[in-house]
Amino acid sequence: MPDETKSPAPPPEGGPKSAAETPVPSGATASSPSPAPPATPPVAAAEKLAAAAAPKPPAPAKPVGPVPVAWESALVAKLKGQFGSGVEALTYLGQNSLQVDRSLIPNILQILRDEEQFDYCVDVTAVHYPKRERQFDVLWILYSFARNERVRVKTQIAEGEHIPSAVSIWPTANWLEREAYDMFGIQFDGHPELKRILLPDGWKGHPLRKDYGIIEQDSEWVQINLGIESGQ
Amino acid sequence: MTDSTSSVSPLDLDESKKTFLDANELILNMGPQHPATHGVLRVILRLDGEKVLGLECVIGYLHRGVEKIAEHRTYTMFNPYVDRMDYVAAVSNGLGYCEAVEKLLNVEAPPRANYIRVILTELNRLASHQLWLGTHALDIGAMTPLFYTFRDREEILKIFEKYCGARLTTHAFRIGGCQYETYEGFEKDVKKFVAFVAPKIDEYEELLTTNRIWVERTKNVGTISAKDCIAYGVTGPVLRASGVKWDIRKAQPYAAYSKFDFEVPTGQNGDTYDRYLVRMAEMRQSLRIIQQAIDGIPEGPIMAKVSKVMKPPVGEIYHSIEAPKGELGYFIVSDGSTQPYRVRVRPPSFVNLQALDLMCRGQLVADVIAVIGTLDIVLGEVDR
Repeated sequence: MPDETKSPAPPPEGGPKSAAETPVPSGATASSPSPAPPATPPVAAAEKLAAAAAPKPPAPAKPVGPVPVAWESALVAKLKGQFGSGVEALTYLGQNSLQVDRSLIPNILQILRDEEQFDYCVDVTAVHYPKRERQFDVLWILYSFARNERVRVKTQIAEGEHIPSAVSIWPTANWLEREAYDMFGIQFDGHPELKRILLPDGWKGHPLRKDYGIIEQDSEWVQINLGIESGQ
Repeated sequence: MTDSTSSVSPLDLDESKKTFLDANELILNMGPQHPATHGVLRVILRLDGEKVLGLECVIGYLHRGVEKIAEHRTYTMFNPYVDRMDYVAAVSNGLGYCEAVEKLLNVEAPPRANYIRVILTELNRLASHQLWLGTHALDIGAMTPLFYTFRDREEILKIFEKYCGARLTTHAFRIGGCQYETYEGFEKDVKKFVAFVAPKIDEYEELLTTNRIWVERTKNVGTISAKDCIAYGVTGPVLRASGVKWDIRKAQPYAAYSKFDFEVPTGQNGDTYDRYLVRMAEMRQSLRIIQQAIDGIPEGPIMAKVSKVMKPPVGEIYHSIEAPKGELGYFIVSDGSTQPYRVRVRPPSFVNLQALDLMCRGQLVADVIAVIGTLDIVLGEVDR
């Protein structure tokens, strides 16, 4: 994108700026200070400009790169038939993802495991977008041994909103959800024991949120438990 | 799946709920400073005499906030940090990260770089397995293998040192390929090493495979079924020892792995002994891969065209590789700037450690040590 704005505007378009800078063979600009024969030089200049601009156009074309496209498959058709507009399926760089409405989460995860053979839950994690109304993306990365296929299920939730736990579907979600809770403060309903896993139990704050500074810490906890002024 | 999957209820540590004068149950605290926990792992055991009724892992002692650091570094600057997670297999960590960012940038490393990557990664797998074998055997009481494996592992570290100057946290790869061309005599060194170490693996096996004490201590210890492995997300040699023939190098090949002929060794019983056999077989397969790669290494550039200021287009990617411990994945979100918006590391050790409770129930206290060893965890990766 930035390359597009940087490259010089192609001359034939003749916007007000290019008209002022380059001599154009028209009646209005014929009295411009160029003393040379009026007809040929402007054409040559235009050609020169075009030649200079010619190697540039491929540059803006390249960084456009891959864009997410709709993901079409029997699985998507089935889910869309069942849940309608609550499911959006995309493919980006050859990877499939499902953007799902929050209320559909337990059903869709259950269907993916029971009916579509996604028996291995690779990861459960979250991403924080503080400027969005629904601040968190919660993700499940799933894999199917039978299909040798991966899929990412994503949903958006707001601050303080709860999400059903997937521990009853995949026991491996237990620690992964605890980590998401520890780092982002996401509440998983129905988790057998939702408590911090990497940080100490009494810690305040969720460090992977964007508003948590990189050197920020729970100084009260550090002072009481470590007996030092700062952990830095 | 829920019916047969052994459900593990959270360990009840509330003293007040126990009946007075209940002499059968005992809470034992193991770690975090304990030589057999391979770092700083704390395990709270609930025991009935010597029998384990359940256990709870307390982790996080090595938490450094790697994922947070990533958000404050450029893609290139974060590269050396990943070596510090699984520090005995730093090359694998780097490979996974570089490939994930390359995917996001939509570039591909040149063939020669991919071959160098495969050679170094497989050497690192061998080194990681050797370190595992030495320490695991030491935990169980066999001291000799430690000296043998460390002696031979040294040769791998020497090759790393000659290649990139570092022995452990190598930072061997760059986004787009490799920074360094192989040094003069690299091929000779690697070939010499392969010829040197192949009989040494037989030597390790001679010490242990039919050793009666070793067999008694490992057979039917820490058994986990294939079904439980999948339900608990356990990957790597542990999954394969339970009979699931799944290796990302075969299932979804990356780097140059599709070009090599190798087998995926599996076990049947899913016990500590089978996991030992699987890793021993994997070492031999690694040698096969290294041999083929060094014979077929192509000429050419080692770095793809990557701009110095990396700005991957807005999007997200998940890429995983078969690290020595299991599936190591990176989930990276780009917002189009020079710094990643989010880097999530899916660590194999963290997920595999979760199955410790399930594997230890009903076993003896001494077996807990064997099971921690056989899971092959590195706490730097568990805690990140």
